[in-house]
Amino acid sequence: MNGFDSQFFLEVLVGGLLSGVMYSLVAIGFVLIYKTSGVLNFAQGSMLLFAALTFVSLVERGVPFSVALLVTLAVMIVLGLAIERTVLRPLVNKPPITLFMATLGLSYMIEGAAQLLWGTQVHALDLGIDDTPITVGGVFISKFDLFAAGIAATMVALLTAFFRYTRIGLAFRAVADDQFAAFAIGLRLPRIWATVWAAAGVVALVAGLLWGARLGVQFSLSLVVLKALPVLVLGGFDSILGAIVGGLLIGASEKLAEVYLGPYVGGGIESWFAYVIALAFLLVRPAGLFGQKLVERA
Amino acid sequence: MSELLHHSITAPDEAIASSSAAAATTGAGYTVNETEAVRPPRGAPAASPALKLEAVTLAFGGVTAIAEVDLVVPSGEIRAIIGPNGAGKSSLINIISGIYRPDRGRVWLGARSFKRVPTQQLAQLGVARTFQNLALFKGLSVFDNIVIARAPARRAGFVEQLIGLARARREQADAHARTAAIIEFLHLGAHREKLVNTLSYGLQKRVELARALVARPQLLLLDEPMAGMTAGEKQEMAGYIRAVRDEFGTTVVLIEHDIGVVMGLSDKITVLDYGRKIADGTPAEIRVNPVVIDAYLGVAHDDEVFNDNI
Amino acid sequence: MTTATLSASTSRPISAPAWFWPVAVLVVAYGVVPFVHGTYLFEAILTPFLALSLAALGLNLLTGYTGQLSLGSAAFMAVGAFAAYNFNLRIHGLPLVVSIFLAGVSSAVVGIVFGLPSLRLRGFYLAVSTLAAQFFVQWTLNKFGWFSNNNPSGVIDAPSLTVLGISFDKPVGRYLFALTIVVVLTALTRRLLKTQTGHNFIAVRDHELAAKVIGVSVLRTKLLAFALSSFIIGVAGALWAFAYLRTVEPAGFNLDRSFQILFMIIIGGLASIRGAFFGAALIVVFPLILSRLGGFFFGGVFDSGVLDMSQRIVLGALIIFFLIVEPNGLVALGDRLRKRLQSSQPSKTTV
Ligand SMILES: Nc1ncnc2c1ncn2[C@@H]1O[C@H](COP(=O)(O)OP(=O)(O)O)[C@@H](O)[C@H]1O
Ligand SMILES: [Mg+2]
Repeated sequence: MNGFDSQFFLEVLVGGLLSGVMYSLVAIGFVLIYKTSGVLNFAQGSMLLFAALTFVSLVERGVPFSVALLVTLAVMIVLGLAIERTVLRPLVNKPPITLFMATLGLSYMIEGAAQLLWGTQVHALDLGIDDTPITVGGVFISKFDLFAAGIAATMVALLTAFFRYTRIGLAFRAVADDQFAAFAIGLRLPRIWATVWAAAGVVALVAGLLWGARLGVQFSLSLVVLKALPVLVLGGFDSILGAIVGGLLIGASEKLAEVYLGPYVGGGIESWFAYVIALAFLLVRPAGLFGQKLVERA
Repeated sequence: MSELLHHSITAPDEAIASSSAAAATTGAGYTVNETEAVRPPRGAPAASPALKLEAVTLAFGGVTAIAEVDLVVPSGEIRAIIGPNGAGKSSLINIISGIYRPDRGRVWLGARSFKRVPTQQLAQLGVARTFQNLALFKGLSVFDNIVIARAPARRAGFVEQLIGLARARREQADAHARTAAIIEFLHLGAHREKLVNTLSYGLQKRVELARALVARPQLLLLDEPMAGMTAGEKQEMAGYIRAVRDEFGTTVVLIEHDIGVVMGLSDKITVLDYGRKIADGTPAEIRVNPVVIDAYLGVAHDDEVFNDNI
Repeated sequence: MTTATLSASTSRPISAPAWFWPVAVLVVAYGVVPFVHGTYLFEAILTPFLALSLAALGLNLLTGYTGQLSLGSAAFMAVGAFAAYNFNLRIHGLPLVVSIFLAGVSSAVVGIVFGLPSLRLRGFYLAVSTLAAQFFVQWTLNKFGWFSNNNPSGVIDAPSLTVLGISFDKPVGRYLFALTIVVVLTALTRRLLKTQTGHNFIAVRDHELAAKVIGVSVLRTKLLAFALSSFIIGVAGALWAFAYLRTVEPAGFNLDRSFQILFMIIIGGLASIRGAFFGAALIVVFPLILSRLGGFFFGGVFDSGVLDMSQRIVLGALIIFFLIVEPNGLVALGDRLRKRLQSSQPSKTTV
C-alpha cells in the first residue's frame, strides 16, 4: 500500500454510489408505506422477489416482454391491494410493532407462494442492457449501473411529481403529516392506503427487475430488504430524500470499506458493515438524516 | 445545599409523623419504617420555595409553547394553573419534570437549580407527577402499579430479589406497607389486585395519584387529575388532593379546567394564555382580574372549549 | 397486547390450585415420558422442543415483558453454543454445567453490547439494530477459525454429556439433561417476574416515560433485560448444539432461526411463560404434521421442496391469523376455550 491510487479510489467510490442507488430503489418502497401508514413493511423484499419471478417466468413461457411487464404490473397492483385489504385493514390502530410482525408473516407467505408457483431454480433475467463498462473521465462505469441509476432517478421524479401535483398525492401528504387531521377533513384513508400499497407493488416490480437482472432471479432476491434496512435507518423511515442519500452513503462506504478495510479482517464484511454505519450514525441522530425528530408528548 | 435538600426531602416525614396520630387512615403505613427520616437541623434557614421558574421559554418549531414564564410556588401551597387549550400548561409541567428542555430559563426545585431537570432523578429530587393522559402500566395490578414507585428507594439487585435475601425482603416489606397505607388513604382497597385497565377512568386517575404519592414527594405535579370525571368524582378527587397537602405538607401544582373546582381547591392560581403568564393571584383576585376575564373567564362558561383535550 | 394474557393468568379460570399444572407437567415429564420406547420422540421432537422453548422464553423476557423487539435471537443462540464448546474444550476439568453457565454469561455480555442502542432507539430503529447482532455474530464465527477450533467448515462437535460421572449421552439422557436445565431456568424466570425487577420490565414496556419519572432506572432495566434474555437464549443455544444436534455450524443460527423464535412467542403468547412453550411446541410439531398430511393427500408431488414452501406459507398465515384474531396467542385461545367449556357444563368438575 505505498502511494494512494486516487484513480482506483474514484472507481470504487463511483461503483459504490451506483450500487447505493440500487439500495435506494428498494428503500423507496418502504418509505412510501411507512409515510402513510406507519408500517415498516418487511414484505417489500418478498414482493420484489414475487414480481421478478412472475415476470421472468412469463417471459420464459414465451410471453412477449411488454405483455409480461403489463401482466406483472397488474399482478403487483392486485397483490398490493389484497395485502392492504386482508392484512393491514384488520390491524388498523394496532401498535406499529404488531403491523411489522404481520408483514414478517406476509413475507413468509409471499416467498413461499412465489416459489411454490414458479419453482425454486435460478432464472437469468435479461433486460437487454449489456453490461459493458464505459469510461467517463477515465473512470470505468458499468452501463447497467448507469441505467439503474437513471431508472431510480425517473422513479423519484415521478413520485415527487405525483405527491406535488395530483389530488391523491396531496391527500397522501396530508395523511403522512397527520392521520387524524386527514381523517377529520374527510380523506378516505383506506383508499389512500390501497393506492400506496399498489404503488409499493409497482416499486417492487421495478426494483425486482433491476436486482433480478443483476443477481439472477432467485430466493435470495428477497434478502435485499436486509440491504435496504440500514439505508432506511440512516435516512429516516419517512423520507424519500433520506432513502436516496442513505443509499448512496451506504453504498459508497460499504464498497470503500470492503476494499480498504476488508483485507485486514478477512473480507466479507458487507453483511454487517452497513448496519454498523447506520447504528453509529443513529447514536448521534436517533431519527436518521431526514427523519422527523419528534419530542415525545406527555 | 445538600443540607437544604435533605431538609426538604425529609420535611414531609415529620409532617406525617406528627399528623399520623390524628389521621387514622394514613397512620399505620407511615410509621412502619422511618429509616429515611433524618431529622432536619433545627433552626434551619427559611426554606426556599418548593418550585421556582425563571424566565422559562420553550418553542416547538414555530409554535411558542411557553414564553418567559416566571413562577414561584411556596412550600405547602396548592397552586392551580389554568388557561385555554394549548396555552402551554402541560408543557410547563413537562419542563418542571424535565421531559421538555426549555430553550431559555431555569427551574429551581427547592434549593437546586437546573437548566434541564433530570427526569430519571425526579423521584429522588422529591417530585412526583401524573399525566394528562393516563400513564399507568396496564400489564400490572393496581397494587403493583403503586408499589413500583418505591423503586428508587430499593437497593437490592435482581439476584438478591431472586434469592430473597434479607435486604430484598426488608425493602419489599417496607414498600408493601407504604403501598398498603396509600391504598387505604385513597380508598382503593377493593381494587388492589385488579389489572388497572379494568378500572373506570376515574379510578385509574386515582391509581395514578396513588403511584405519585407512594414516593412521598414534596412537590406533586398533577396534569388534569379530574379530566373526564363526573362532578361527584371531581369533588372526591379535590378532597384527596387537599388531604395530601394537609397531612403530608406536600406542595401541589395542578392543571384543571373546571373553574369551580379550582376556585375552591387552590390557594393561588396562575393563568396562562398563549404560553404567557397573564395573571397570578388568589382565587378571589383572579375572579375579578379584567385581563383574565377577557382572555379566559369570559368564555369559561362554555366548558367544552376547555375539556376536549382529554 | 399482553393484558388479556396476564388477566387470564391472574384470574385463574381453572378450579385446580395454582401449583397443580406445573407439578402435573413435571411428574409426567420426569416420571412417564422417559419410559416411552424408541428414540424418535426424544431426538426429533422433545429435545428440540425444549431447546426452542427456552430460547422463546428468553426472547419473551425481552420482547414480551420488556417490549424491546429483537430480530437477532439466533445470534445469541450461536454465541451460547460456540462459547459452551470453547469453554469445555479449552478449560480442562471444567464441569459441563459450568461451561454452559459461562456460555450463558458470554451471551449475556454480547447481549448487553447489542442492547446498548436500545437506550437511544425505539421501535423499528431498535429492531433493525438487533439485526446487526445477527449478521455480525455469524460473520465473526465464520471468519475466525479459533471459535470452531479451526474446523475447515466451522462445524463444532458436542462433547459427551457427563455430569457428576453420570452419562447423559443416550437420547433419553439428553432429553433429561435439557429438561432439567429448562425447568430450573423457567422456575427462576417465573420467580424473577414476580419481583420488583420483573415489574420494572413491564413498566418500561407499558410506559417508558412514566417508569422513568417514578425513578425506575430505564437504562439498567433495559440492559438487564437484554442480559438476562441473552443469557437464557445462549443456554438454549448450548442445548441446541449439545443435547439436540450434536454438530452445529454458524449457518444453523441464521435469520430464519431468529424469526422462528419470534414467531413462537407471537403464536404462543407474548408476555407469557406458558406461551413460549406452546409456541415452541407448535413450531416443532407442525412441520411433521404438515409433511404427513401433505404426503397423504398429494403423495409424491409433496416433496421436500414443496413441503418447505407450504410450510412457509402456513407459518406466515398463522402469524397473521394470530395477530389479527388472537394477539395473545395460543395461551389466550386455550384459556378462552377452557372458560367456554366450563361455562357450558356448570357442574363443578374438578380437574
Ligand atoms: N411535544 C410537542 N411537540 C410539538 N408541539 C408541542 C408538543 N407539546 C406541546 N406542543 C405545542 O405546544 C402548545 C402548548 O401545548 P400544551 O402544553 O399541551 O397546552 P395545554 O396543556 O395548555 O393544553 C400547543 O400548541 C402544542 O401543540
Ligand atoms: Mg394539557
